[in-house]
Parts: sequence; C-alpha cells; structure tokens
Amino acid sequence: MAQPGTALWFAQHESRLAWRDWLATMTAGRRERLPRALIAIAVFVVFMHFVAYWMVGRYANAVADKETLVAISASVLLSWFLMVSQAMESTTRAFYARSDLDLILSSPASAEKVFAVRISTIALPMAMMALPLAAPFIDVLIARGGWRWMGAYGLIVAMGATATALAVGLTVVLFRVTGPKRTRLVAQIVAAVIGAAFVIGLQVTAILSYGTLSRASALQSQTAVAHAPGLGSIIWWPARAALGDGVALIGVLALSFALLAAIIALVAPRFGEYAVTTSGAALSPAGNGRRSVIFRSRSQRGALRRKEWTLLRRDPWLVSQTLMQMLYLIPPAVLLWRSFDDGNGAYQLLVPVLVMAAGQLAGGLSWLAISGEDAPDLVATAPIPASFIVQAKIEAVLSVIAIVFAPLLAVLAIASPWHALITCGGIVIAAGTATSIQLWFRTKAKRSQFRRRQVSSRVATFAEAFSSIGWAATAAVAAANLWLAIAPGLVAVTVVAGAWLMSPRPKPA
Amino acid sequence: MQNFASLAPDLFALEISGLVKRFDRLAVDHLDLTVRAGEFYALLGPNGAGKTTTLRMIAGLLRPDAGTIRVAGVDALADPVAAKHVMAWISDEPMIYDKLTPQEYLEFIAGLWDIAPELAAPRAHELLHWLDLLPHAHERCEGFSKGMQQKVALAGALVHEPQVIILDEPLTGLDAGSARQVKNVLRERVRSGGTIIMTTHILEVAERMADRIGVIAHGKLIAEGTLEELRQQAGDKNAGVVGGASLEDTFLALVTEQAEAA
Repeated sequence: MAQPGTALWFAQHESRLAWRDWLATMTAGRRERLPRALIAIAVFVVFMHFVAYWMVGRYANAVADKETLVAISASVLLSWFLMVSQAMESTTRAFYARSDLDLILSSPASAEKVFAVRISTIALPMAMMALPLAAPFIDVLIARGGWRWMGAYGLIVAMGATATALAVGLTVVLFRVTGPKRTRLVAQIVAAVIGAAFVIGLQVTAILSYGTLSRASALQSQTAVAHAPGLGSIIWWPARAALGDGVALIGVLALSFALLAAIIALVAPRFGEYAVTTSGAALSPAGNGRRSVIFRSRSQRGALRRKEWTLLRRDPWLVSQTLMQMLYLIPPAVLLWRSFDDGNGAYQLLVPVLVMAAGQLAGGLSWLAISGEDAPDLVATAPIPASFIVQAKIEAVLSVIAIVFAPLLAVLAIASPWHALITCGGIVIAAGTATSIQLWFRTKAKRSQFRRRQVSSRVATFAEAFSSIGWAATAAVAAANLWLAIAPGLVAVTVVAGAWLMSPRPKPA
Repeated sequence: MQNFASLAPDLFALEISGLVKRFDRLAVDHLDLTVRAGEFYALLGPNGAGKTTTLRMIAGLLRPDAGTIRVAGVDALADPVAAKHVMAWISDEPMIYDKLTPQEYLEFIAGLWDIAPELAAPRAHELLHWLDLLPHAHERCEGFSKGMQQKVALAGALVHEPQVIILDEPLTGLDAGSARQVKNVLRERVRSGGTIIMTTHILEVAERMADRIGVIAHGKLIAEGTLEELRQQAGDKNAGVVGGASLEDTFLALVTEQAEAA
C-alpha cells in the first residue's frame, strides 16, 4: 500500500472501487456468473476480430496520403465525440454522487488530491471502454500491416484524456451558467446531443448531397479531400499517430495530457465546492408548482400506466437517451422527405433504420420501466393480480413506441404501403423482443440507483442490440424478397433464444 | 372517515395459524396469532425474531411455506387480491416515488385500490391537511426529509381506508414532531374502528399505544397480552423491581427466559 493521504494512495482506493464496480456490472452482482461473463466477452472479442478483418483488413498497408488521413481523422473524430459524450455522463455522476463525498470533505485529507485523482479516473474507464471495441481493429491492422499500428493504442489513451478534459470543462461551464439544479439535466442532454449531432450532421449532409445514408460518404468524398488542409498540418497529427508516426504520437500524447493536467489544476480545488452545491440542489423542491391534480377516474391498469408515463417523462437520463435516439431518426426522416417525390429505392434504406430504432428505444424504455420500481412493496400489496403490474409497464412502453413511430409509418404508407407494412411488422417484433429481453433480465432497483450503479446486465444489453440489428436486417431483406428474409430472421430468433437461455429468470416449465 | 361499526364485534381482523417460513434457517416457526377488529396490536421481539417476515407474509409480499392467514375473514392465501383490498402495508423505508408529488402519489394509490375519484379526492385533501403536507402537495418527494416521506406513505396507506393497517417499524428515523403526527393518525384510526398491527423497537410506543402486545422470539409467540398480563408472566423475574416493571424490564425478562429455555 502507498503512504496514506498521498495521491497514489487515493488512486489505489479509486481503482479498487472502479474495479469492483466493473465486476459488479459484468456479473450483475453475482460472483458465480463471472466465468459466463468472461466467456461472453471472449466470444465477443473473437467475433469483433472477424468483423474488423472484413472491414479494415485491406487498409493495413495504407500510406499517409490525404484520403487515408481524412478517413482516419473522420473515424477518430466520430469515436472521440462519443467519448466526450460518455465522459460528460461520468462527470455529472461524479459531481452528483453523494455516497462518499461527505466523508471525504469532512476528513482532514486533502480534498484537492482526491478530486484530482477522481477526475483522472474518469479518463481511465473512457479508454477502458473504447479498448475492447477498438482493439480488434487495431489488432487486425497490426497483424496485416506491422507494428507501426501500435500507435493507434496510444491514440486511444490520448483521446480518453482529451475527451475527459473537454467533458469536465464543459460540465463546469454548465455549472456556472445554468446552476447546480439544472446542470444535471442539461449536461445529460448536451452529452446526448454531442454524441449524436456529429453523426447525424454527417448523415443529413450525405443525404442532401448524395441521397445515401452512409455516414462516412461525405468525408470520403473528393470535395472533402480537396478542401482539407495540406499534409503537413497539425490537424493530421492524430491520424499520423495512428499510422505509426512516432513524433506525431508523442506530440498528441503530450498535448492531451497537458490539457487534462490543466483542467485538473483548474477544477480540482473547486470540485468539492461544486459537489457541495449539488446537495442543496437535490434537496430543493422541484415541482410543478401551483397546478392542482384532479383525481380522475381510471382503471387500476390505467393508474399503473399513467404512473409509468409520468416517471418516464421525469427521468432526465431517460429523456436525454430517448432524445438521442430520436435525433438518430432525423436522417431517415430527411431521407423520407427527400425521396418522397423521386419515388423508389430509398425506402429500402428506411426499413432497417426504423426497425432498429424501435428496438433500441423499446429496450431503453422498458429497462427503466420494468426494472426500476421505487416502491415494489406498494404495488405488491395493492389489490391487483401480480401480472397487472408488468403488463401495465409493457403497455406503457409500447404505447410510447406507437406514438413515436406511427407518424413516420403513416407517411411511409402513403409513399409505399408495402414498405410500411414490412416496417410496421419489424417494429412490432423488434420492440416486442427488446421488451421481452429486459423482462427476462429484470432486476429490482430504485430508479435513482440506476445511474449510480449500472444494474443492467451486459448480456441483456448486447442481446438487445444484436436482436434489434437482426430484426432490422430481416425487415430490410423482407422488403426486397420475403423468402430470403428467412435466413436473417433465423439469426435474430437465435439471438433472442440465446438471450432467453442465458437469462437468470426461472423458466416456465 | 368510514365507520367500521358495521363489522361484527367478534370478527377477527387477523387470524394466523401454523405459519411457517424457512429461509436458510427457520424464520417463522408454527406461529399462531389473532388480532381482534378495532385493536391496536404491537409485535415486539429481538432482532431477527421473525417479526418482519411474519408481517410480510400477512401483507402478501412473501408466500408462507405452511399455515393459514385470514385477514378480516378473507383467506389471504386463497384470494390475495381480496385480502389486499382491505389492507395497507407500511414499511420502515417509505414506499414512495421520488418523481411523483404527494398529490399524484395519492391519486396513483386511489387508482390502484380502485377508489372512486369523488371519494378519493376529498379524502386525500383531508389527509394531506392532517399531516401538514398541504403546502408540499405539489412538490416532488425527492427533496423530502425521511419524516415527510413517511407521512406521504402513511397518507397513501390511509387514502383507501383500509380495515387493517400493518406497519413495520414506522417510526424509524422520524423526528419527534413527525413521530407524534404519525402516532396521532394511528390512534385516530383505531378510534374510528380500524385495526393496527405494528412492530416497533421503541418500547415506550408499544407501552403507551397498544391494546395488546405480542412478543416473538425465534419465530414463535412467546408471550401475549396487555402490559399488565405480560408483567405477570414475567413476574418472578421482576420480583425485585419496585413500583411495577417497565415494559423494557418485562420484555428483556421474557426474551432472556426464552433464550435460557432454548
């Protein structure tokens, strides 16, 4: 152990907590599930290597010409935006998590040191999270293109550091501007928008100029290459670093850590102060003021549904996540609008996008609605059959899906009834399976604890994502040829069946 | 408030017989317990005696391994929904929603218990007024103190006018003011004919408020009766105590006796 009270000692403490947190997330709180979780990770990593081989294998011997630099920079920038978005999430959580803050602030230890360590440990999970996703790609590039691609790993570390620095800076600015009471919600929305805006902006540009939905097409285009700065520009440093340019890598790393250090030096002394103001904010009443609630006549199910809607609406995290998913629907909407008059083709692209979005949205909503119950004992002692409780939650979630997607489907139906029919079927199945997966993996927790300790099972998250992708593919193929859709449909069914087999729920006999 | 005089005076609010629940060890061991309608019954016992487990089985939150439970004449195991209609459960952790206002919470509960809005609305107003919650009726519960949250939960339990209220340590963590309000509301409830079954660690509360007291240890009822009757049961142990033993002395004597016998 390090000397108590030193930064190293705090770092040990923080990393122990982070490790246990991670372990709890992976195993959903049960140690005996660790082997299964590790196998799942291993399978995922191997699978990702195949995907990576297929996607980037041929770029392994790329040279640092302008087109390569534009392409690498674009992917780096995209991932970096997502990292900033994630880091903002973590920062707000660090500001508002009150569990040990009072202990730290009331101890004679230097709070500044603790917070400096804590801010740096926001950067660590960023890099940790990006690694399993990026590593397969980098590994493939190393295997085929040589050790120079090792630089990409260094670049990820630098991205984690800068993303954290920017996120902490942004959050503090928000604190100053909007005050502690609103920062949480605003920061979450900003994080969601940052995460989504860049991608969506690219897509909308691409659609408007080329009529396709590929996010990279705008950046790979000749216009982008022609307008990009010269090869010597500092803008290409990150891309050069990934390509194995040692000088560029050292430069990028040095700049990133300098930025993070500067932010830590600026924020750490005031972190405690900010965090303390949040406690007052959390306690001050937030309400809808004078509005008086009229007791309305409702069925018991109606009362349950209404409660779910109110709670979903008042969950800032969910609102920001949903907002992000809705933002992703803008490009398909633009595409729909663009291709409305020139007829065919583009509808084909809309089908999977809508189905995928429905699956993801249903998954997010139902996770919170089904697993998050603040007063389980209350509803359990209510004079209603137990099945009502879950049914009402599912109804609440699916009706939100219906409200979101009905207008899009209606427009699509005018343009192409066949595509609308396939999409509608896909949405129903995707939303239904996403909800079922959350049902199988449901836990019991208070909603307020959901962000503090992510209680959602990783298996459920991946199963939900893969089944959404599977149904989206099935719908896309079905729109072209109904019979061919059997193959992707079987894959999706396999994913769902696999999730069911792995779920901890007692199986009906 | 509704009058429960319509109930037959000899009707039992709660009849438990042969109740068994086993977790790793036997938590409730062939427990028999009856509480008359209109009675304030306090359940005492050392930590881990099986009080909460028993109450959770009565409230329909846990399924017993064996035994029968009748609440206001209804077989709670055969027809849990009917039993829950006449019952309210309050635990030491207030069962409320952070993101709902007290008013919305009461509306939700009225909906769950299927109470007509024209009955529920004035009742909710009355309860909020009674518990000093009216000024906060439209604020979200997330910022409330523990005492206020517990009062909101209590209002929720009373808004559907249950015949039987089951409380598990309802006064834990409450300040003196809130605790008194809760106690007053409970007394008022008994006065208008309701039945209250409550566990508590605060012996003074049981001493002052309860009509009858039951003492549980190792999942069994080891003593039952009015304070006076309990004193007599523990009599020889308290022979030396001048001026009548307090409930604390009596309780400790009973529990020690049981532990020695075991």
